[in-house]
Amino acid sequence: MAFQSVKQLLERAASENRPLWETILEDDIHSQNLKREDSLNTMRYFWEAMKTSVENYHPDDRSNSGLVGGDGEKVRQANRRGILFGGDFFNEVITEALKVSECNACMKRIVAMPTAGSCGVIPAVLVPLVKERAISDESVIEALYVAAGFGQIIATRSSISGAEGGCQAEVGTASAMAAAAVTHLGGGTGLMCSYACAMALSNLMGLVCDPIAGLVEIPCVQRNVIGAVNALSCANMALAGVEHKIPADEVIDAMRAVGDSMSSDLKETARGGLAGTPTARIIVRELIRKNQFHSEH
Amino acid sequence: MKLFDIIGPVMIGPSSSHTAGAVKIGLVARKLLGETPVKANIKLHGSFAMTGAGHGTDRAIVAGLLGIRPDDERIPDSFDIAHKEGFSFDIDTTHIPNAHPNSTLLTLEGDHGKKLEIVASSLGGGRILVSRIDGITTNFSGDENTLIVHTHYDRPGHVALVTAALAKQGINIATMQLYRRSKGGQAVMVIECDDPIPPELVEKLTRMEGILKVTYLNQEKK
Repeated sequence: MAFQSVKQLLERAASENRPLWETILEDDIHSQNLKREDSLNTMRYFWEAMKTSVENYHPDDRSNSGLVGGDGEKVRQANRRGILFGGDFFNEVITEALKVSECNACMKRIVAMPTAGSCGVIPAVLVPLVKERAISDESVIEALYVAAGFGQIIATRSSISGAEGGCQAEVGTASAMAAAAVTHLGGGTGLMCSYACAMALSNLMGLVCDPIAGLVEIPCVQRNVIGAVNALSCANMALAGVEHKIPADEVIDAMRAVGDSMSSDLKETARGGLAGTPTARIIVRELIRKNQFHSEH
Repeated sequence: MKLFDIIGPVMIGPSSSHTAGAVKIGLVARKLLGETPVKANIKLHGSFAMTGAGHGTDRAIVAGLLGIRPDDERIPDSFDIAHKEGFSFDIDTTHIPNAHPNSTLLTLEGDHGKKLEIVASSLGGGRILVSRIDGITTNFSGDENTLIVHTHYDRPGHVALVTAALAKQGINIATMQLYRRSKGGQAVMVIECDDPIPPELVEKLTRMEGILKVTYLNQEKK
């Protein structure tokens, strides 16, 4: 049985005197009747697939609609020219988030985490971090269990679907998962991971799902950047000892309540938010002309 | 939800429902046909119809029908592959009353002349539901070994016949559903089993009196 709350997860880890990631791993292999080695191999395979998804990026790729592509390369080039703020690491995170999300929009292979639309957040944080700090693959695998454990609780108590809970449920969840993973890599305790998760979700609470023409392109690709940058900020705060006054479980429940009270126009129906703007309507008309979009029967 | 539903699957973008789920619908339809499809009519409904081109839903369904899996990088090129393999298809939009927004109606023909018509929906996260086979309502995910038996008439004894044949082979039934067009009319049994369904059993059932058509779907061994 998967964990129903962050509290339950932290208590179990404490009572078993095991690190958080191992508690999450053990719980899953018992409830799914898996072998420990098989689970670890699957996670390793996902990590390899994440790294490959970054490498497979090509600056000339465009999505079917032609709306998305090439932006990751723009940021990378601009950073090389030294015209951007925030240093190499920060800009690499932005670059990777764009690259992976653009790969997704361009029908390339990605790892859904938790969804395809939010697939750029976790690799955007982990890939540059591993390079900068020479972190071992084994440590990253541990961090991915931490991420998955928090994601699982969010999925159980709230939702990881934009159609159900808005973008807060997709990019918000990915950001919370990434924040917990980075906190773990920084040597943070389970409680610190839970603070990072709570902060990341709180910061993106209420984020609407408003894809133009219903496509996983605008604003999804750029939202992955905010998910990644937010994750790092929250992990840094948690590692510095900053606490979050509202426990993670209550934040997750609040996120669900916010999602429930959101108008359906703001939940993946391509009616509200950016999708409802005059320019978005012009884009849709153009897509209909190019046979990339069909109006309803 | 399982841990590897949160991290994973590895898939071709951009959407787990409109792309990965669509590939799976094609794959399940191909397995249900039980032959290599040579001809297909693909009708897209709802959000599949509206945003299918942008999401590559059309290419994803064709890829699945060709036996290509959701993480295969050839998905965007499925139309060309179909052309090379002599698989002809046409794609159109439609309205299927009361269907889930991400649904498709597939009419297939196999290389040995078998025909199949199904309605399937993509429910999100790559999960699917087959909601109609050859005009009769069904409700199964395609994640289990599934036996589908169509009978000429809705009469006593057919269920006993089929379940006895399964029991004799030592196959355990996980779930079972019964549907019919009308009282006494054509009926269908959908039986999800813990074990794969041997083709000999299907052959035997096909020859039984009153049975119109037997379709089955076995899971690949992990």
